Amino acid sequence: MSATSSGMTPAPAPVRRPFPVRTTVLVGVVVLLLALVPWTFGAFTVATFTRALVFAVLAMSVNLLTGVAGMPTLGQAAYFGVGAYTGALVAIHWSDLGVLQLVLATLAGVVAALVTGPLAIRGRGVAFLMITLAIGEIGFSAAGRLDSVTGGTDGLSGIPPVVAVPGTEGLVNEGLIYYYVLVVAVVAYLAVAMLLRSPFGLTLRGLRDNEGRLRAVGYRTDSYALAAYVYAGGLAALAGSLWASSQRFVAPGDLGFEVSALALLAVIVGGVGSMWGACLGALVVVFTQDYLGQLFSGHAPLLLGLLFVLAVYLLPKGIAGGRSQWRRLFPRERSQEDDEAVTPV
Amino acid sequence: MTSDDVAAAPILATRGLVSGYAGSRVLHEVDVELPEGGVLAVLGRNGVGKSTLVSTIMGLVRPMAGSVTVAGREVAGSRPDRIAKLGVGLVPQGRRVFAPLTVAEHLEIADRAGRKGDWTRDRVVELLPRLGERMRHRGDELSGGEQQMLAIARALLTNPTILLLDEPSDGLAPSVVHQVADVVREVCGAGMSVLLVEQNLRLALSVADRVVVMQKGSVRWDASVGEFRRNRERAEELLGI
Repeated sequence: MSATSSGMTPAPAPVRRPFPVRTTVLVGVVVLLLALVPWTFGAFTVATFTRALVFAVLAMSVNLLTGVAGMPTLGQAAYFGVGAYTGALVAIHWSDLGVLQLVLATLAGVVAALVTGPLAIRGRGVAFLMITLAIGEIGFSAAGRLDSVTGGTDGLSGIPPVVAVPGTEGLVNEGLIYYYVLVVAVVAYLAVAMLLRSPFGLTLRGLRDNEGRLRAVGYRTDSYALAAYVYAGGLAALAGSLWASSQRFVAPGDLGFEVSALALLAVIVGGVGSMWGACLGALVVVFTQDYLGQLFSGHAPLLLGLLFVLAVYLLPKGIAGGRSQWRRLFPRERSQEDDEAVTPV
Repeated sequence: MTSDDVAAAPILATRGLVSGYAGSRVLHEVDVELPEGGVLAVLGRNGVGKSTLVSTIMGLVRPMAGSVTVAGREVAGSRPDRIAKLGVGLVPQGRRVFAPLTVAEHLEIADRAGRKGDWTRDRVVELLPRLGERMRHRGDELSGGEQQMLAIARALLTNPTILLLDEPSDGLAPSVVHQVADVVREVCGAGMSVLLVEQNLRLALSVADRVVVMQKGSVRWDASVGEFRRNRERAEELLGI
């Protein structure tokens, strides 16, 4: 390396992170396959897919904090609950229009995250995990005690069917509810993917790797951590609204520690940091819990425990990291181009 | 700049700086002055507080007492991002590049955060052409020398007026150390002031115009390079060489 070389090296263009063609095609194929679900499976399986899609949106929210920004959380169920109750209350008292429920629920999640976020982001690592756990528990407790708003431990029932398109009937058919959830989940996925490809997403990755370095470069990292927290809160609330629309019942259990823990498990199984991995992890967790759990009569927690152990031992980087782990186990033959690429200074 | 007496006003100064970690004092009333456009080498054995001095100046460690001024402005206890915005750039010990980010992303992240000025991505790549060939490589795929150049590039893109270099030769091959020295001379030639923490005496003396020797968290000797070279016995005694 010549530090004082007079030869002009081509200037680096600003980093553009467009959606790679292969990824775009793959996402399209996956969406098409998902669109075939109501035509292929029975009502119970379609309902399980619906729950899995809702859970995938929640898992993306957890992954945004845990995998992208490096702030592992156990409190996203609180914002999921805020969204679920807001969506349910809007549907019961005001409008059965889905878009309105989604927007207001997301806004409620954003406000809740804005209020609690400054407290949460004071800590990092285990401290952050404990604060978010406390926020989740406060949310759970509040949902059970605020009888006049949440219906207390009885929960909120009688949620009218969601209207996806103004002027049409509410959705009662399991397949149509599934499509409603699928469309919103795909939009949420694209919104998160765009965020990750933005300069903000790049900064969050820097935050995960080393906050001190980022601060020394001139970033006010607390602002970025709070922004990520608020974005994730809004996303979790969006998932909550989908939950209320699809289940038509919301109870304090939907805000419980178990929900946050399962969402974190989905992220670990899918691959920390990978959004498609988190979605796939959500699918695996929900099907293990709801489908296999039923087949093995009530042993879902045991199966989930096994799943976690298997993921940690066999796929420490999750499903999404499977390819790189495969490459490490079976490295391809090095080409001359590769050799040149890694020639050290 | 090779003069023994750099008379310019200090652009960076610490006065009675006391700092450390979790109640344990590492720095004891440290006074250092970096003249504008000068290169000050901070020398000393391992564990004497050199890196703590740099971290405290940068705001990464909160001082317990004393002052740090940048261009006459008190910054002791300020947040690192505020200090960076005032024109202080840091090349940390051990390079510490962002492992998962590519070279191009490193440059982007620094460019976006930093002050606007003469140091653009074009100019940085012109100075460090190897980085231009490594744009799509992740930080953890680079050699030690490339990582050091990337850490310097990241700091330069924030357009600092003061560059803090913490042991830039640490773990590098002699040929790469020469390149680091070339870069330091180049940025000084561009008017930047450099505070160089270094254990490599040859590198430090080849670029610095003033030397501060630390021992047990205090400044024991503040001398011009010429004075330091002339008083070999004292240098050997303080540095244990």
